[in-house]
Amino acid sequence: MQNLNVNSERYTLNMGPQHPSTHGVLRIVADFDGETCVSADPQIGYLHRGMEKLLESRTYVQGMPYTDRLDYLAGVNNNLPYALAVEKLLGVEIPERASLLRMLSCEIMRLASYMVGIGIYIMDLGAVSAVFYPYQQREYALEVMSALCGARMTQGYIRFGGVQADWNEQCDAALQKLLDEFPPFLEMYHKLVDENEIFLHRTKGVGVVTAEQAKAYGLTGANLRASGVSYDLRRDAPYCLYDRFKFKVPVQQAGDCHARYVQRMEECEVIYQLIKDIYAALKETEGGEIMGKVPKVLRVPAGEAYAQTENPKGIMGCMVASDGKTNPLRVHFRRPSFDNIAIYSELMPGHKMADLVTIIASFDIVLGEIDA
Amino acid sequence: MEFVNNIFVNIADLCRALFVWLLNLLGLPVGLAEVAMVAVYWLGIVIVCVFCALFYVIWERKLAGYIQRRPGPNRLGPNGWFHTVGDAIKLVMKEDIVPDGADKNVHLLAALLAFVPPMLALAAMPFGEGMTALDLELGVVYIMAVTTLASLPVLCAGYASNNKFAMMGAMRVVNQAISYEVPQALCILSVIMVAGTFNLNQIIDWQTGNIWLVCLQPVAFVVYLITALAECNRAPFDLPEGESELTAGVFTEYSGMRYALFYLAEYCNMFVAAGLATTLFLGGFTGPFLPGWVWFLLKTFVIMSFFIWVRWSFPRIRADHVLTFCWKVLVPLMLANVLVTGVVVYLLA
Repeated sequence: MQNLNVNSERYTLNMGPQHPSTHGVLRIVADFDGETCVSADPQIGYLHRGMEKLLESRTYVQGMPYTDRLDYLAGVNNNLPYALAVEKLLGVEIPERASLLRMLSCEIMRLASYMVGIGIYIMDLGAVSAVFYPYQQREYALEVMSALCGARMTQGYIRFGGVQADWNEQCDAALQKLLDEFPPFLEMYHKLVDENEIFLHRTKGVGVVTAEQAKAYGLTGANLRASGVSYDLRRDAPYCLYDRFKFKVPVQQAGDCHARYVQRMEECEVIYQLIKDIYAALKETEGGEIMGKVPKVLRVPAGEAYAQTENPKGIMGCMVASDGKTNPLRVHFRRPSFDNIAIYSELMPGHKMADLVTIIASFDIVLGEIDA
Repeated sequence: MEFVNNIFVNIADLCRALFVWLLNLLGLPVGLAEVAMVAVYWLGIVIVCVFCALFYVIWERKLAGYIQRRPGPNRLGPNGWFHTVGDAIKLVMKEDIVPDGADKNVHLLAALLAFVPPMLALAAMPFGEGMTALDLELGVVYIMAVTTLASLPVLCAGYASNNKFAMMGAMRVVNQAISYEVPQALCILSVIMVAGTFNLNQIIDWQTGNIWLVCLQPVAFVVYLITALAECNRAPFDLPEGESELTAGVFTEYSGMRYALFYLAEYCNMFVAAGLATTLFLGGFTGPFLPGWVWFLLKTFVIMSFFIWVRWSFPRIRADHVLTFCWKVLVPLMLANVLVTGVVVYLLA
């Protein structure tokens, strides 16, 4: 981009890795001309733990808890693609109740993750109070998970062949609390944020991603749907028992930061309805098996398998290659946040300093997943 | 009642009498008593500054806690009311870190100067009946002049820190302060046109005789509050600090006592803005039953709480929108207001 102002000097500003609104340790090296961004380059790797190598050097069962640490805001959702991929190789059949429990826990954590995404987004725009109300709802969601499997954030709830624990009475009470509290919260939050003039000015027309761009850069999840591409794995390539449920997939056309907020808010309603539906279906399978027939020591037949799921941040894929030993030969994850941030260097130039923060926040990224 | 109303005036008189007695005893000219009284007034203003800063810091945290559905600070002292004292002690005891590349003298000077503008402004503030340390004929102009200085230490801080975030913050301060000075001046001009005087005490007298100016100049009142937020760099105009964009903006390289000084000065600046709003629009220290200075504190308390409420409710405005809003909305609006006020005042006079 040409420097229009001959009297000004460009400078490089290093946002992060220690910066309050880079959602962890993302680092953006950006050139500025005054307040306007000229070029931006996201640098990653500050949270790299060698997740794939860790999984390869451990047995399948030992490796499972590590997957929770990818997108640590929704632990269960990361277990699922790994479990599905390994189960494809094992060829085990998953009991119906186990599948429903997987879906229910995933949807609950999806809601919890969206609450963080929305809350932090508004907070990064400067409205600090707006983070506390969604976190309250997230708390209710985590309470359900706590009652279900004893852990709040990194649950490791999904096992190869099924799930760790069965639904119990405490879960009923905790889930009821979430179901009761959520609709009034959503209504209140719409009132608080939706028509705020400053919020609209800050987000409308900022960071516009066209449908073509979104597809070209491999955006997935809510970010893709906010750009007008109606694609949701749960509907278009169902896994578990999602084909049994009917649900709406909201789509926005604008593709800007505001559309991404609206998209997440609308999806929250869908998730809420889905939780109710799955819960009702779960109630009908009372007393069913929660674990398929899986040997004590997992020796996965040689071969390759790929499974993908719709995670809160986008499509999470897992590739497992086995040579018949107790630990995988190769594991690779397609992490949605990693693919989503690739567009930053094209999206950010031309925007103001504050818009960079808006763009980062609107994509709802998690660094645990990006750096793996 | 009369006694409580005049308690501070009586204390000042007592001090003056004491000085005169002392000077007579030492055989020095009695005129020196007035010089000594300056020190007393100055001390009084420092005490007001420190107390209002300490109180409003904790009050802000309490109110923020209430808005955010959490208890807020509630450990130190009765229900947590001594937290700011603890905070202040902690900040004083922290290591004083000055970055290597900083302009060390300016870095220190900026922190020290931060307190000066609000103290100068409070000198002309009518806290109560006969409680104006500096009763100037051009009181309003004086306060406007010294509050403008408040952006200077912040600019110094940003410049001296030798940090890009701080420099950007400093640029934003100047941007904002210069721009919002204009609509604020026009607000105050509308008030002056109605009251017909620059003297703060006479403006209050006018309001006592007629009606609170907020009823006659509601638009000016609202715009004044907005510009006051911008002048004090408070959310939604807290771009110089802009936590989520500029880490801590101008204060990025400040820690310990130096940071505490800026922090307290911010609240003093807000108190000045609230005090001026009270004086110009809400009838100043006048009110039934309670002593004047209590009314003054109550009215400023309401405005301060409003500032805090706004801060914890709104997102931050973007830097270019700040200027657009000022020059394309507030300035034309206030020019129209001044025009209408002028015509009405001319017709009625």
